[in-house]
This record gives sequence, structure tokens and C-alpha cells, in this order.
Amino acid sequence: MELLINLLINGLATGMLIFLLAAGLTLIFGLMSVLNFAHGGLFVWGAFAAVWMYATTGSFILAILGAVVTGVILGFVTEKLIITPVYGNHVQQILITLGFMLVLTEMIKVVFGPNQLAAKVPPYLAGSWEVGDVILIKYRMFIILIGFVVFGIIQFILKRTKIGLIVRAGVLNKEMVQALGNNIKQVFLFTFIAGAALAALGGALMAPYSGVVYAEMGLEFGILAFIVVVIGGMGSLPGSLMAAILVGLAGSFMAYYVPALSLAVNMILMALVLIFRPQGLFAAKG
Amino acid sequence: MTDLLEMRDVHTYIGEYHILQGVNFTAPKGQVSVLLGRNGAGKTTTLKTIMGLHPSKSGSILFEGNPIEKLPTHKIAQSGLGYVPEDQGIFATLTVEENIRVAMRDQSEATAERVDYVLKLFPDLKKFWKKDGGNLSGGQKQMLSMARAFVQDSRLLLIDEPSKGLAPVVIGKVIEAIHELKKQSTIVLVEQNFRMASLVGDTFTLIDDGRTVHTGEMGYLVENEEMKRKYLGIG
Repeated sequence: MELLINLLINGLATGMLIFLLAAGLTLIFGLMSVLNFAHGGLFVWGAFAAVWMYATTGSFILAILGAVVTGVILGFVTEKLIITPVYGNHVQQILITLGFMLVLTEMIKVVFGPNQLAAKVPPYLAGSWEVGDVILIKYRMFIILIGFVVFGIIQFILKRTKIGLIVRAGVLNKEMVQALGNNIKQVFLFTFIAGAALAALGGALMAPYSGVVYAEMGLEFGILAFIVVVIGGMGSLPGSLMAAILVGLAGSFMAYYVPALSLAVNMILMALVLIFRPQGLFAAKG
Repeated sequence: MTDLLEMRDVHTYIGEYHILQGVNFTAPKGQVSVLLGRNGAGKTTTLKTIMGLHPSKSGSILFEGNPIEKLPTHKIAQSGLGYVPEDQGIFATLTVEENIRVAMRDQSEATAERVDYVLKLFPDLKKFWKKDGGNLSGGQKQMLSMARAFVQDSRLLLIDEPSKGLAPVVIGKVIEAIHELKKQSTIVLVEQNFRMASLVGDTFTLIDDGRTVHTGEMGYLVENEEMKRKYLGIG
């Protein structure tokens, strides 16, 4: 029983980290029809910014804020310089964002050095709680909590604010949103920056979870985020949450019970969804 | 009578195709101006060009005397144009209320009055206020699309084929609604259903192969069998 609960918590924590990365990606995909392969680069910059800030200031909260600000700045620059010129052209989007992903990865090595950096869990989140025979690792519980809180905040913005309403409408019909007097380019920029900030937050939380950060981790997690978006349905936030949890749990359980399949399980899940429900499990309806 | 909208020798390309090849058109204030022509003549493209959804390559479009042909779509809408597309453009998973809210500029009293006005004009919308737009009938979607275009403080409504796919009894309601909206706004209507066009239209403009070929009072066209046969294939 303890084993199952531990695997469940591991899977949920990993799923939440993937969700933070996938949440921005799915909205950018759904609203802006932009295939952003550089999204993982924003994640890794968030991770390194947080590790650097934590080492410099000793404050985990400042480290998280620093990562989010890094994400916002990089998101703004990426949208303006990289994405805006290629709106509406998926081939160019793939090429330029893949290229930019490599630039972001290499720039990490220029700024922070070529070696991986150690990342520590802050003392107040280190250790674990014992509940009966079950050991609950504090930092993993913290990640799960943050994941649900972020999901709640995004849902609140999407469901209760005018900008959220326009984002939801834009996912369904961009042309009509503009014809009703809304500046869709501003909404694109807002969504992209918010997505980048979430990716950076994911990276910042991932760093102490994995213990080390390295430049190539953006590529690895970027691919997982794309798998989650495909499984959850493009443009669907609840779909991304469910798919991220599914991918996290599948990875956690397979790594224990069938280690040989632990890497392949995500691809198998995606292939099954593409065969039986190609629009994704929770696709936004137009 | 002053013209609220004027198009002068407008040319529009979609990709490499030269769709509008010289459209001249005016919409007199307070009237219903109907754009008529065969399928593919360029009527819908004319409305999309006015809204900036298919920007013109050359020519000018004046709204209340101001050029709008270079403005982005949202600025054109904000200047006072409302658009009801052929497919109604309803946001299917948003409620009726949310569909209306997307179009609301602000929370002012004037906006609230306009919402009240459309809810009185289209009582079904009030009934289905919290239902998803995608669950409405074809006629209700048309009403919602017209209501949404109106609440954004539109002085000119561009309505594309409102009778398309609707039952005759529903078309009657649409005609009543257009008569009522005309009291508040000027209307440009694209319509294939000539009977409906003749019932609501004050003036007509015939478009053929992307060019304006005739314009005049609707009564003139109703009486002119040869023109109807030549350009509309009826009569």
C-alpha cells in the first residue's frame, strides 16, 4: 500500500511539473495556432534562473519569482522577435522555434557554464511526513499543491475575467473575436507571456525535484509537454492537467513495474490517443 | 441622404486570386442596403473586406467619412461596425451570456441598455442565457449573432445571408428583427433569398464577377425581370 501511495505521489508530482509546461503550450497552440518548440527552452531558463537566484539570495521565494520574471522577459522577446513574423505558417514556426530552442540551450552554457548545477530543496520543504506507514516527501507534496493552485488560478482567469473570456473565444474562432472589436494580437502576447512564465515556474520547481539542472533538460521536458498537449487536446487546459497526471502516473508506475517500458509508455499513450481520438481526450470544440 | 459607408473602386485578392475587381458601393444612413449577386460573385468578400478580414489591395473604404481600409479588424469594429458572418460565428462552448460579453466594450449604462434592448428583441436569448451557444437552434444562433453585433455599439451592421439554412417561419422572425434593428442602425445585407431581400431592402447593389454592375432603389430591381434573370438567375 505504501508503495502504491509513493508511486502515486511521484507520478502526481512529475505530472504537475509537466502540466506547468504544457498549460502554456496548449493555450498557445489552441489560441494562436503556434507550434512553439522553444517552449522547453523557457522551462530550462526558469530552472537555471531559480538555481542561480537561490544560490545568490538564499531565498527560495525570490528564486521562484526570479524564474517567473525571466520567463516573462523571455516570453515577451520570443513572441515579438521569433513568433510574430511566422504567424500562420506552421513549417516556418517549427524551423524557427526549433532553432531558437537550440539557441536558448546553448545560451545557458554561455551564461551559466557547460556543467550541470546542483539544485537544493529549501530547508523548510526538505524531509518528509510520516502518516502511518506512508512517507510523504514534503517537496513532492508542495509541487502537487502548487500545480493544483496554478490550475485553479488559470481556470479563474479563463472563466471569470474578460481577458480569459477572450482567450477562450479566441481558441474557438479568432476571426470573430477580432470582428467583435477585440485586439487579438494583444491577447496573443498576453497568452504567450503567461505560458512562458508558467514554463519557467515549472523549471524552477523541477530543479530541486531532480537535484540537478542541465541545459538539455528543456528538450526532454518539451517533448513530454507536446505529448501531453496531444493527449489532452489542443487548447484544453483541463485536458492538459488530466493528460499530464496520466503521463506522470504512467511514467512512475511503469518505471517501477516494467522499467523497460518506462520511456516508451508516453509514446504508446500518445499513439493510442491519435488512433482512437485524434482530437485529444478533451479537445476544445469550435 | 448621407452615406454612412462608401467603397470606391475596391480591389481585393485572396491568395493569388483577384476576387474584388472594382467594387463601388454606398450605404445610406438609416437604410437597409442589400448586396446581391450569384454565388461566388464577391458579396461575402465585400463584407470581409469592409471588416478588414480580407484587406483590400487598392481603393478606399470610408466609414462616416473616415478611411478604414488600412485599419486592423478590431479597430474597424471599434469604430462602429458590427459583423454577422454567414456561419454566424457563434462560440459554441461559450454560453449565450459569454457570447454577448465578448462583444461588450464596457460596463456602461449605455451598453447595459443595448443588452436589454436585444434581449427584448430576441427573448429566446434570455431564456437560454446560461446555455452554450452551440446548443441553440439555427434561428437562435442567427439571433445571437445579430444581438452580439449590435451590443458593441454598432452604427452599421454587416449581415451575411441571415436566412441561410433557416425554416420559412424563422426567416419571418429574422425579417422582423432586421426591421426593428433598422430603427437603431444602418444595415448592409448580403442575401441570396430574393424575396427576403426585397422585403427588407431599401436599396440594392448588384455584384457580378467581383464588380459592381448596378445599384438603385430596391423597387426598381423588383420590377426589372431582365436584370434579375441576368444577374440573379431568377424571374
